[in-house]
This record gives sequence, structure tokens and C-alpha cells, in this order.
Amino acid sequence: MITEKDKKSALLEFIDNYREKDNFESYLIAVLHRVQEVNGYVDEASMDLIAHAMGIPTARIYGVATFYHFFNLKPVGKYIISVCMGTACFVKGANAIADKIKEILNIETGETTKDGLFTLQEARCLGACGQAPVLMINNKIHGRMTPKKTADMIKKIKRNALKQKVQGQR
Amino acid sequence: MYKEYSIIICSGTSCQKGVPGELTEIARQVLLKHGLDQKTKISLSGCLGMCSKGPVMIINPGYTIYGKVDAGNIGKIIENHIVHKKEVTEHVIHEDHLFNRFYSIFGDMDFFGKQMRIALRNCGIIDPDDIDDYLSVRGYEALARVLTDYTPAQVIEQVKLSGLRGRGGAGFPTGIKWELTAREKEPVKYVICNADEGDPGAFMDRSAVEGDPHTIIEGMIIGGYAVGAKNGIVYIRAEYPLAIKRLERAIASARKEGLLGDNILDTQFCFDIEIRLGAGAFVCGEETALIQSIEGFRGMPRPRPPYPSVKGLFGKPTLINNVETWANIPVIILDGAEWFSSIGTEKSKGTKVFALAGSIKNTGLIEVPMGTTLREIIFDVGGGIPEGRKFKAVQTGGPSGGCLVESDLDTRIDYESLAAAGSMMGSGGMIVLDEGACMVNIARYFLEFAQNESCGKCTPCREGTKRMLEILTRITEGNGMDGDIEKLERLGRMIQKASLCGLGQSAPNPVLSTIAKFRSEYEEHVIDRKCRAAVCTRMLTYEINGKCVGCTACVKVCPTRAVSGVKMNVHVIDQSKCIKCGACYEVCKFKAISKQ
Ligand SMILES: Cc1cc2nc3c(=O)[nH]c(=O)nc-3n(C[C@H](O)[C@H](O)[C@H](O)COP(=O)(O)O)c2cc1C
Ligand code: SF4
Ligand code: FES
Repeated sequence: MITEKDKKSALLEFIDNYREKDNFESYLIAVLHRVQEVNGYVDEASMDLIAHAMGIPTARIYGVATFYHFFNLKPVGKYIISVCMGTACFVKGANAIADKIKEILNIETGETTKDGLFTLQEARCLGACGQAPVLMINNKIHGRMTPKKTADMIKKIKRNALKQKVQGQR
Repeated sequence: MYKEYSIIICSGTSCQKGVPGELTEIARQVLLKHGLDQKTKISLSGCLGMCSKGPVMIINPGYTIYGKVDAGNIGKIIENHIVHKKEVTEHVIHEDHLFNRFYSIFGDMDFFGKQMRIALRNCGIIDPDDIDDYLSVRGYEALARVLTDYTPAQVIEQVKLSGLRGRGGAGFPTGIKWELTAREKEPVKYVICNADEGDPGAFMDRSAVEGDPHTIIEGMIIGGYAVGAKNGIVYIRAEYPLAIKRLERAIASARKEGLLGDNILDTQFCFDIEIRLGAGAFVCGEETALIQSIEGFRGMPRPRPPYPSVKGLFGKPTLINNVETWANIPVIILDGAEWFSSIGTEKSKGTKVFALAGSIKNTGLIEVPMGTTLREIIFDVGGGIPEGRKFKAVQTGGPSGGCLVESDLDTRIDYESLAAAGSMMGSGGMIVLDEGACMVNIARYFLEFAQNESCGKCTPCREGTKRMLEILTRITEGNGMDGDIEKLERLGRMIQKASLCGLGQSAPNPVLSTIAKFRSEYEEHVIDRKCRAAVCTRMLTYEINGKCVGCTACVKVCPTRAVSGVKMNVHVIDQSKCIKCGACYEVCKFKAISKQ
């Protein structure tokens, strides 16, 4: 089990890697990336920790974390669905796909379902315009999507999650 | 070691939609079965640009390109090609026969025929993770030549002579920028590669880094030598994990070979490269915002001058160039400035990479000489508009650009003529639109993007784009008011003039350009409350026509119970209840719902 304490000291160690470098403070964004990689999102406790370790006011750290879209400030679900809203996907009906997901999961962009299973995000061009419209579920790209295919995919994930849960209880 | 056969499998993002590594594994198994595994080199390459036909695989001998390769057919293709020496014709991509200017691998494919690959010369052909592959195509030869035969001033002279201009959008002459940075007398200077790729519909820089990272590294080392910098930084979007990984590996192997670090190639010159990640802010592509971001702050632009060449990263002179700009440098040194400047038009030299997408047959990445016409790009290289639909417009320059129409199709691609035609070169996004596209909706899309990405520092951009978006939204929802179009024009011109950075200055462009070229379409939305492309759904009327068989599917899905009717009889929609959600249209199997 990784405890909160382990996480804390791992983060401090990560920060210490940069301490010898010129312009140490400029690595703030790299540190925030690390927090998100480990934690799924940038939490307030980590921001406080970074503030002390790097000597940067928490207010400034918060300012940076909120400026960049890449950082989540709230916990994310097990499955992150990113619908590509790049131009190519937009002209091929990405909106309808995002709408369908919102309808099925009953969440808006940036939100997570109550069961903690799904988070809906919007992405810019994923580099697969040839297969527009495209969406990505946990870093796997799915091309030539339709609202129906999307609905089926979500259904399948839900079913599998349910199965796993049942098996886990046995 | 020389191998008799080679199999190159594209592992660009678009082709990787299957399980990465799955295809290679199957290929390995097949070769093993025939005892050919030792004689064959399997490598993964970057994007060849033929994304619509992907996943793509090249087999040598023959340099045959196979398209739509998957787990089911790859074994058969390899067996036939290598073991039985027979091409599997149904998978060969050859309506477009093979060509490559540099290593004469590809013949004369249509897709490549009008193309010329300089920046992307190695993409899709070499293994980006193998420095030996890069070395075998004259990699780092330009660097060696520069370090031994050229003074920094001579390098700058070559870049100036080549006529190369920045590929990041603005088209500033690269040689002059280098000279300005070299002129500063500071011991510490920085060289930055801008790989933030802001345009939401394009992926040129990503593919270049994924497919051929060493070219960028080589370009940057040469740049560092020319301006007197020891520190290089690649600022790349965190959303590009594969590109980051490949770049990290390439940097590590270049260090191992003594191409980065202290005393490069046993000369006095020292240079190293560090990667810094962006975090998803479009404005950070702007150079002063990018610098703020590397310094660990919110990425907000600052007024220029001072330009980064004088006072840039950490207050030191800084040279910033785009990925594609860097990728051209080794070629200019190797093949000469004179040769490079023989390609293109009078003021725009060399080639430009575009990400072709939208309503076009061959979506993907292309690289064409400057001076190629839009018509050639769309109809020859791109293969035209699919399914017999009609061309309507092409949008270049993404959220900073504009659209061009049928009468602009003979415009030659260069910085000046695209600007004169009312759009811009931009970084390379090119979206083709057919009659099914609503121009007001497209303009709204780009404006919403810019509005979202405005850093909020200056009022015209922050508030102005918001007001414009409100107006556009009400127009697309059928609530446009008299005078709205004029208001958009006035606001747009004001924002262009009064904003601090390029984001604000160019945010109104897509709106102003679509108004200029499609004013009647805007008027239809405002006055007649009609969207001729049937895209703006709030303005549509859904009606049930005679094809209705009375299956009641639509009755069940309608959230407002606007549809009524008896089973087996034609149904009707109560227009006063209809909220135009389109659910009935989607569910109907008999095409009995019409929208207008
Ligand atoms: C809003 C905005 C976004 C930009 N985005 C990028 C980008 O994603 N990539 C890029 O290379 N240049 C971008 N630029 C241009 C840079 O400011 C800069 O001019 C460029 O990196 C210089 O390199 P070049 O001379 O090689 O083109 C952007 C400019 C603005 C105003
Ligand atoms: S123009 Fe827009 S993005 Fe640029 S500095 Fe002003 S508010 Fe920020
Ligand atoms: S626009 Fe969606 S993948 Fe490029």
C-alpha cells in the first residue's frame, strides 16, 4: 500500500532532483505535471507542499495550476473520455458525439460521473484527423465514431466494470 | 548490420489506433516461422502522411507501400511479399506511385507527385528511435560540416541566403532572427524549439517530432552554434506523449554519441537540450507567453520590444523557432542555400507542410513547394472532395486565419498571396469544407476557441471576443438581430487593432473573413432565420413526410412528446412542442423525417 506519507516524500524527492539546476523555480510546471501523473489531479495538499519545498507562494501555484487547461483540479474518473474538438473532428460532427456522452452519463465537459467511472474532457486535434471524428479513452484512440458507436462503447465499459465489481465481491 | 529485407510499420498516432506493437509482433512471428527473422529488419516509423489509408506498412525490396494493414492481413502480406515474392495487389497503395526526392525511394505517386519532402524527408522512412537509421540518411553530416568548416557568421549567411522564413505562422526571415540574436553580447543565450502546436486542427509538428526527432535536434545544435548559445529547450505540449518519448530517447542517444553535451564531435563547442512541457494553453505558442511558461508562470504575453532576441528567457537573448523551421536547417547546410532558394516563389522559399483534413479524400500530412496552388493541393494531392459533393471553402491558418473560396483556388501558396487573398499561411492547418458546412457555424467554432484561450490580460481580447461570441451564438440559434453583422465587423476590427498579442489581433479573422466571403449566408441566418446547410439545428424545422410507416420509433424517443400518431399511420410533429433535438431524425429508419 502506498500511504499519503510515501506520496509526500516521493514528491519532495522529485522536487529535490531539480534543486541544483539553474532557475530552480521555473520547474514548477514540471512538478505539477508529476503530481497529476501520480494523483490523477492536482490537489491542494500537494500545492501547499510544493509551496514550502520550492519557496513559491501557494497563491501563485494555484494561479499557474488554474491557468493551464491540462491540469485537473478535481479528482478524475477511472475512464477519461476525451472527445476531439479539433477542427477536422468538429466539421465531421464531434458535437453530436459529445452531446451523446453528456446525455448518457448525465455530466458536462470537465465533470466526473457520481460512480467515479467516467470523466468527460475535450481535446484539441489528436493527430488522427484522417479518422475524424475521434475520441480517446484513457489514451487509446478510437476513430470514425458515431453517436451510436460511442453509446455502445460506454455500455460495454459499464458492463465490464459491473462484472469486475461482482467478481470482486465474491 | 545489413539486412536483406526490411519492414517499416507506421506508428504515427493515426496508425497506432490498434494495439501498438501488435502488428510488429505478428510480423516477427511470421518471419520466425519462415526462418527469415535474422534477415529482416522490422522498424517502426513516424507518419508517412497517408493517414486516411493507414495503418501503412512499407516492405523492401520494392519499397512497396501497403495500406489498411491490420492484425488479420499483415501475416498474409508479409508471407506473399517476402517469401513468395508476390505483391498483395489489393493492399498496395498505388494509384499514387512511389516518390521521394531525396533517397529516390518513391517513384511517381500522385499523392507524392506534387509533393516535395524537405522538412518531412525522413518521416515514415526511418526508425525515429534508432540514431543509426538517421545517420544512414546523412544525419548529423550538416552539423559536422558546420562545426569544422563554417564560422558562426557563415552559418547565418547561409540561412539568410536560403530565404527560409519562420514556419510557426508569422513568416519572419529566419536568418535575420539568427543574426539579431547572435549580435547580442551576453555569455548566456538560449535556443528554443516551439513545439506547442496551437492550431486545434493540425498536427504537423507532432508528426515531425514523432517521425524524425534527430532532425530537430541537429537543427537546434546548428542554431546554437550560429548564435552562440549553449542551452537548447524544446517546449512541447504535454498532450503529445509519444512525441515526447521519442524526443527524450533521441536526445539521450545523441548525447551518447557525443553529438550533444560538452565538446561536440571533439570540437570546442558545447550544447545541450532540455525538454519542457506545456500544459494546454494555446496562447503559450506565442513567444513571450512561451517564455513565461518555461519560467514557471502563467503564460501571459508581454509587449514587444524588447524582442526575445534581446531579452528573452530568464532575461537572456533567446532564439525561438518553430519545429518545421528547425527541420529545414540541416538540408539547407547539406544541399546548399542556393538550391533551397531555387524552390518556391520570389519571397517564400522552400516547402510548407500542411495537415489536410475535412471534406477531402486523402486526409493526412503533405509537404509541397511554395507556389503550389490551392487547387493542386486540394484536387491533385488531396484527391478532391469525396462522394461527389461540391467544394465550398478552404480554411487555412486555423483560429488566426480565414477562409478562401472557389475563386481563390488558383492562389499560389506563399505568405504574401495568402494574406492578399484574405487568409494566411498560418502554421499549416488546412480544412476543406463542402456544401454541407455552415460558414457561420465554422466562424463561431474558431471564435469560441480563441475566446476560451484568451489569457485575459487585455480588455479588447478578453471582453471583445466574448461579445462577438454572444452575437454569433444568437445568430446561429435563430435569434439574430438587425445590425448584428455590422456590429461583428466593428467589434472585430477594434479587437484586431487594440489587442496586445497575436491571439487577440487575429481572433476576429475567421469571422471577418467569412462575413466578407459569405455575407449572404449570414444575412439568411439573421433575416430569414435559415441555415442553408442545415447545420444550425435550432433554426430547422423537423417534419414527417410520406415515407413514414408509422413504426412509432420517433414517438418513443421524443423528449417533449411532440410527435403523435396512430401505429401504422403517418405521424405528425407538433411544431410548438418541438425543441429541435433531432432525436426522431436519428432514430427513423425510413428517412421519413426531413429537416430544413
Ligand atoms: C496566439 C499565438 C499562437 C502561436 N502558436 C504557435 C505555435 O503553436 N507554434 C509555433 O511555432 N509558433 C506559434 N506562434 C508564433 C510564435 O510566436 C513565434 O513567432 C514562432 O514560434 C517563431 O518561430 P518561426 O520564426 O520559426 O516561425 C504563435 C503565435 C501566436 C500569437
Ligand atoms: S490579446 Fe488576448 S491573449 Fe493576447 S495578451 Fe491580450 S488578452 Fe492575452
Ligand atoms: S481534429 Fe480531431 S484528430 Fe485532428
